[in-house]
Amino acid sequence: MKPEGKKRIWAEYQKEIPDDHFFYVRSCIRQTFFAGSEQYFLKILREDLGKDVYEDPRHTTCTGIGYHGDVVPFETIQTVVARHFALATEAGYRHIAISCVTSFGIYSEILETWKHFPETLERTREDLYKATGRTFEVPETISHTSDIIYKFREEIARKAKYNLVDAATGKPLKVVEHIGCHYSKMFPKYGVGGAEFPHVLVGMVESWGGDIIDYPERRHCCGFGFRQYLVQANRGYSLFASRKKFESMEPYRPDMIIANCPGCTMFMDRWQYTIKEIDGITYGAEGHGIPVLTYEEVAGLVLGYDPWELGLQYHNVQSLPLLRKMGIKADPERRFLDRDGSRLPEPANLIDG
Amino acid sequence: MEDLYSRLMQDVRFEEGLKACMNCGICTAICPAAEYYHYDPRRIVDLVQTRNNNIIKELLKSETIWYCGQCMSCKTRCPRGNTPGMVIMALRKLSQELGYFTSSEKGRQQFAIKRTVGDNVLKHGYCIVSYDVDPEVHPEQGPAWEHYYNHLDASLARLGGELNGSEGPTRLIPGEVLDELKRIFEVTGGHDLYDAIEDASEKKAEEMGMEFKKEGRDFEYYRHVVSADSGCHQCEPEDVRREVYETRR
Repeated sequence: MKPEGKKRIWAEYQKEIPDDHFFYVRSCIRQTFFAGSEQYFLKILREDLGKDVYEDPRHTTCTGIGYHGDVVPFETIQTVVARHFALATEAGYRHIAISCVTSFGIYSEILETWKHFPETLERTREDLYKATGRTFEVPETISHTSDIIYKFREEIARKAKYNLVDAATGKPLKVVEHIGCHYSKMFPKYGVGGAEFPHVLVGMVESWGGDIIDYPERRHCCGFGFRQYLVQANRGYSLFASRKKFESMEPYRPDMIIANCPGCTMFMDRWQYTIKEIDGITYGAEGHGIPVLTYEEVAGLVLGYDPWELGLQYHNVQSLPLLRKMGIKADPERRFLDRDGSRLPEPANLIDG
Repeated sequence: MEDLYSRLMQDVRFEEGLKACMNCGICTAICPAAEYYHYDPRRIVDLVQTRNNNIIKELLKSETIWYCGQCMSCKTRCPRGNTPGMVIMALRKLSQELGYFTSSEKGRQQFAIKRTVGDNVLKHGYCIVSYDVDPEVHPEQGPAWEHYYNHLDASLARLGGELNGSEGPTRLIPGEVLDELKRIFEVTGGHDLYDAIEDASEKKAEEMGMEFKKEGRDFEYYRHVVSADSGCHQCEPEDVRREVYETRR
């Protein structure tokens, strides 16, 4: 094939990710379960990479879990997101950086809806003005925060204190990457590599020295399923989907799972604990669990930040074997500390604790 | 009876999600819900395409429309660019607007989602708040979360956050911002949907002879809808099948 043809075909799998000046919106799930990840995303962007990231504390939930739980109408979520655009407009920002994959899917859906049904954009403008007196510009770009770390992955690699390699043997770590469904399954053009070749986490892992595991259920959903987890009676659905993934990846003996969706990170960690409690089964090498890390946590480890300030101790599957393998010295006794720095009693039954 | 297909067509997600299905079934092949439940998105789209009011009404009252987990894997794979997951979203919204959702065990669960996530949005400005994820109710969250939850201030401080602080993760959303959210809900129909879920659920609780309260979660009907499981969700949905057979005969 001629190079121009190749270029044209691959163009639709590429994505424009801005270089600087981001308006940051948080995630209900990430800030609740992985608060350290959000803080270290900001720290890495601002301090390590020297970027301008603005956060307006008046931004709220996008209502996305309510929307996909079917209790929030589409018109409502469009207007809540439009309010975030209004805050960005007021602050002079045109590039939105979105922490949550559910939110990212919703922002993508809304922008596409406004293109295909221009009357919905006009109605949203009217609704927002009527409700709040605010007006907004449609942003120039939306990026998931994993897109932004992906964009700067080589700069992070150049500053690396540790790589994703076995410090004793020099061999690459074996990494499972899991992309949240709403990152690009719905609107492929908004994701790096689209839905067919999602490269956002692969790029990070390879730049930082690791090897990616390709396994049969690589693109299967983690099983969140919104109402399927939110309602107690339905949780078997969620567990069933995660278990299918674990059983599929197990033969490849992964050292870790990296995920870009906070929900997926949480479920794949929580369900490993549940399966161990119910059936006594773990899926990692030598009877270990498989630690599930956010991409911010992985970037933080690569840059040499303290694993306990990143929050790795708040995962059910502890990362001590992984840290040892990477050659990171981390004192397990400093994991659980009170505000005054004194040690708190350690939780029982952590995996690899 | 009102033309339900026309009502569905008023939802842009329905218009966008169902162009012309050729019933290839790839959506069902890729669907995680179809692996777990007796669920077939191809069949739902097929039923909706009949435009038959009775069939659509039965769907709105059925268990089957509540099995989808909205992963939207169907959107990626459909060769016609349809999105059965979006058709489901439109069906669920109409089911709640018309009060039909209380006819099914899975549909009745919408009341629990409204009382948790729905109420959190307007009370706190977030869908999920840490102090609401009680380890007693969420044993699957495990020991790491239980520790975090029991030492919330210390844990958050360690990670650079402050519960109900002025900025950062889990900051307090001020009253004037919550007022903006409430006005958005008023203007865009968010409150109307909440009210429809509440009203139909209260009526259903009365019909089932169960205690119901206007607020909170500590009462019989709430406890019932979050935990009830007939064990029949892997069974064929008889009601819808009957309608299809009768229509085609």
